[in-house]
Amino acid sequence: MSSRTRPLAVGALGLLVAAIAFPFYWAVVASLTPEATLFRAPSLWPREIIFDHYRALFDERAFWLPIRNSLIVAGLTTIFCVAVGSFAAYAIARLRFRGQSAILGFILAVTMFPQISIVSPLYLMLRALGLINTFPGLILPYMTFAMPLTVWLLVGFFRQLPRDLEEAAFMDGASRWQTFVRVMLPLATPGLATTGILTFIYCWNEFLFALSFTLGPERQTVPVAIALFRGQYQVPWGEILAAAVIATAPVAALVLAFQRRIVQGLTAGAVKG
Amino acid sequence: MRRPVAPRQRGIEIEERRLGWLLVAPALVVIAGIALFPLVWTVWESIHLHDLRMPWRGRPFVGLENYVAIAGDRRFWASMGHTVFFTGTSITLELLLGLFLALAMNRSFRGRGLVRAAVLVPWAIPTVVAALLWRFLFDTEAGIANALLVGAGVLEEPIVWFIRAATAWVPVILADVWKTTPFVALLLLAGLQNIDESLYEAASVDGAGPWWQLRYVTLPLLKPAILVVLIFRTLDAFRVFDLIYVLTGGGPGTATEPIALYTFNVLLQNLQFGYGSALSVIVFLVTFGIAVLYIKGLRVDLTGARGR
Amino acid sequence: MARIVLDRVSKAYPNGHIASRDLELEIADGEFLVLVGPSGCGKSTALRLIAGLETPTSGRVLIGERDVTGLPPQDRDVAMVFQSYALYPHMTVRENLAFGLRIRKMTRDEIDRRVEPVAGILGLASVMDRKPAHLSGGQRQRVALGRALVREPQAFLFDEPLSNLDAKLRIETRAELARLHKRLGATMVYVTHDQEEAMTLGDRVAVLKDGLLQQVAPPMELYRRPVNRFVAGFIGSPAMNFFEGALERSGTGWRFCGRDSSVSLALPAELLPAGEARPDGGTTLGIRPPDVRLDPTGRSSGWPARVSVVEPIGSTQIVHCALDGDDPSALIAVVPAELHLEEDSTVGVEFPPEAIHLFRSEDGARLQARPAE
Repeated sequence: MSSRTRPLAVGALGLLVAAIAFPFYWAVVASLTPEATLFRAPSLWPREIIFDHYRALFDERAFWLPIRNSLIVAGLTTIFCVAVGSFAAYAIARLRFRGQSAILGFILAVTMFPQISIVSPLYLMLRALGLINTFPGLILPYMTFAMPLTVWLLVGFFRQLPRDLEEAAFMDGASRWQTFVRVMLPLATPGLATTGILTFIYCWNEFLFALSFTLGPERQTVPVAIALFRGQYQVPWGEILAAAVIATAPVAALVLAFQRRIVQGLTAGAVKG
Repeated sequence: MRRPVAPRQRGIEIEERRLGWLLVAPALVVIAGIALFPLVWTVWESIHLHDLRMPWRGRPFVGLENYVAIAGDRRFWASMGHTVFFTGTSITLELLLGLFLALAMNRSFRGRGLVRAAVLVPWAIPTVVAALLWRFLFDTEAGIANALLVGAGVLEEPIVWFIRAATAWVPVILADVWKTTPFVALLLLAGLQNIDESLYEAASVDGAGPWWQLRYVTLPLLKPAILVVLIFRTLDAFRVFDLIYVLTGGGPGTATEPIALYTFNVLLQNLQFGYGSALSVIVFLVTFGIAVLYIKGLRVDLTGARGR
Repeated sequence: MARIVLDRVSKAYPNGHIASRDLELEIADGEFLVLVGPSGCGKSTALRLIAGLETPTSGRVLIGERDVTGLPPQDRDVAMVFQSYALYPHMTVRENLAFGLRIRKMTRDEIDRRVEPVAGILGLASVMDRKPAHLSGGQRQRVALGRALVREPQAFLFDEPLSNLDAKLRIETRAELARLHKRLGATMVYVTHDQEEAMTLGDRVAVLKDGLLQQVAPPMELYRRPVNRFVAGFIGSPAMNFFEGALERSGTGWRFCGRDSSVSLALPAELLPAGEARPDGGTTLGIRPPDVRLDPTGRSSGWPARVSVVEPIGSTQIVHCALDGDDPSALIAVVPAELHLEEDSTVGVEFPPEAIHLFRSEDGARLQARPAE
C-alpha cells in the first residue's frame, strides 16, 4: 500500500471500527439512561446516569440465575469436550489407522447438521430420559456442536507438532500413552486453551437448544433469559440493554485478552492457503 | 529361507492402530449418539404422520406424503425465498466489507491487536444480544436510527421499521453483517498474510499500481481463503435462526421467516412432528448439498490432509 | 555394545513405494558404519528399521543376538540422534537428558551419575537449566547427542545429524564424533547424503541406491575398487570421468575405443585376462580426475584435449577439458597448482593404466577380473 493511499485506508478503518463499536457504545449509554429519557429524547451523550436498570436486573429479575446456568453449562461442556476431543484429535492427527480421514470427514460433516434438524428427536429423547429443563439436558445436546468443534480445532493444533518429537520419545523408551501425556499434551497447551475458549464462547452464545430444552428461569441460560424479558407496559429496553451489556462483558473480556490465540485457532484449521 | 514376520509381532504399527481406535471411540460414540442417531430418527419421523396435538391418530406410516405437502406449501416456498435472499445479500456485503477490512488491517500498525480484538467482539457475543441491540437501534421511538435519519433530514417522520417486510429486512441484514464481517475479515486477513511480500515488490518494480496488484496478485492468491469463507458463511446464513427469531420473530406475519424458523414453528409451536421432521430433512439435504457442491465443485480440502 | 544384522529386510509401503529391497547388512560390534546414497535411496529407512520406527515387510532385524523385528523402539535399547535434534521444547537441557532415564524409573542418584559426566564431556554444564529455544544450533546438536549417550544403549543411530550445521561447525563436530567413537568403542550407524562425511567417518561405508545395497566396504576400497558405475560415480569429488565406448581386440590384448570422443587407448594385459570373450554391448571407461595426467608440453603419448576452464583451489587446480566435441567439461582433471596451464591451449592427456576402471555399459557392473592394483 503506497503512502498516498495509507491515510485513506487508516481513515476508513477508523470509520469501520467506530461503526462496529457504536452499537455497544449506544447500548451502554442506553442502559444507564432512565426509561423516560430514552423514549422521549434519545441522545448520543448521556445527560444523566442511573444504575436503576442494573439494580432491577438482579433485585427484581434474579438475573444471576441465568448467569449461573450459562456458566455451568458452558463450563462443563467445554471441559468434557476438550478432554475427550483431545484424545480423538491426537489419534486422528498422529496415529496411522485405517479410516482416520473418513472419521475426520464424518466429524466435519456433523458440524454441518442444521440444529433445527435434530431438535425434535433430541427433544423426545431428552423427554424420555426426564432431562428436559436440567443441566445434563443442555450439556448433552451442546456436545453435538462442541465435540466436532474441539476435535477439528485440536487436529489442526496437533498436526503442527513435529513428528520427530514423538519418535525421540519412543527411542527414549516412552510408550505411546506416556508420549501423549508427557510430551504432546504439554506442547499442545496453547491449542487446548484456545480450543477451550472458543468452545466456551460457542456454548455461552447458543440459543436454539437452550430455548427448546428449558422451561423456566431455573435452568434458562443468558441468551434465552434476555430474549424472553417481558415488561409490564412496554418493552423494558433499559433492563434488556443492561442485561446485554452484562452478557457481553465476559465474552468481550475473553476476546480482548486472548485475541491472538483466538485468531490463530480459527485460522489454523480453516485457511491452509 | 525367508521367515515371514509373525502377525502378533507387528510391533509399532499394531499398537498404533489399536490405540488410535481406542482414543477416537469416546468422541465417536458421543457424536454418533447425539447427532447421527437423532438425524436418522428425524428422517424416520418424516415419513410418518405424528401430530402431538392429535395423539389419538397415533403415528401411521405415510411414506412421502409429508414431502408432497411441502412441495405445495406456500409458506415453505416463501421461507426458502427469504432464506436465499438473506444468504445472498449478507454474504455479498460481508465479503466486500470483510475484504476491505482485511486489506486495511494487513499493514502492521500500532494498536493492530486492539483493533483486531475490537473487531472480533461482535462475532463473539451471543446472536440474541446482537439482535436485541439492533432491534433497539431501530426501535420506532427510542431507536437511534430514526433519530439520526430524521435529524439529518432524510426522513420526515420516524419509520416503523418492523411493520413492513421491506424495511424489516434492513436491521436484519445490517445486524448479520455487523456480527459476521469481523469473522470474514479475520479469515481473509490470515489468507492475505500467507501471500508472499516479494510478489508485491516484484509487481511494483514492474510498474504495477495498487489496483492492478489487487486484481492480479491479491485476489487470485486469496481464492482459497475466500472459498473457505464462502462455505462457512453460506452454511451458517442458510441455517439462520437466532437472529431473526429475536429481531422480527419472522414478522411482520411471516414476511421475514427463514426456513429454520418455519421448521421450528411447525415443530415446537404446532407440534407437528412428522411434517416438521420432513422440513428438517429438507433443510439438512439442502445444507449438505451446498457443502458438497462447494467441496467437490471447487475442490477445497477442509480436512487439511494435503500439505501437512 | 552389540552387533546389528539386517537379514534380507524389505520395506514396501501401501502406496507401492519400495524403500528397501532385500537388504543384507551386518554391522560388527563397535563398528562405525555409514549408510550413504542419494535422496530416496532408502538409507533413512534402513536406519529407522534398525530403530524400530518402521517395521519391515519381510526379513529380520537382529540387535545383539536378539531378534527384534517385531519389537517397538522402546524395547530395543538403541538411541537415535535426529536430523532436527527433536529436543523436547518444554523441558530444560537437564530434563531432556534425563527423560529416557526417568521413563526407566531410575533413581535421582543414578540419573545424576549419568547425566553430569555426559554434560561435562559435551560442554553443556553451563546451559543445563536452559530450554532448547535458548540454545545455539551447535549446543542443541550436543544435547541431542547427550540424550543418546546417557542411555548407554547397545548402539547409536545417527540420522544426518550434521546437515543443519554450518560448514565449519560441521567439520569440527565430525572430528568430535570420530573421537567419541574411538573413546567409547560403540556400535554406531550413521546416515548421510554427503559422501565426504561418509569417507571420513566410516570404518565401513554402505552405498545404497533405490533401496538396494550397492556395496559395503571400507572407504578406500570403495574409492579404489567400486563394484559398479554408480558407486564409482558417487564416491569421490570431483566425480569420476566416464567415457562410453567398446573394447576391440588388439593383438594379444584389448583396446578401448571411445564412441563419442577421441579417447582411445590400449589396455594392459593385466586389466583383462587374454582369454576373456569380448563383452557384448558397450563398455564404460572410468578414471578419477586426480589420476588424469595432463601434459602441456605436447611430448606425451596421449591424445589431445583443449583446456576450457582452469579453477585454482589452492594446492591443486580443477581443469575442465574439451575433447573433440562441444562439451567443455568432457574431461575433468585435478592437477597440482604448479602445473602451468592456459585456457584454450592444447594439452596431451594420459590415463595411467593402473588408474583405469572398466564397467559394462548395460548394467554398470565392474569388468575387471582382477583388481587394478
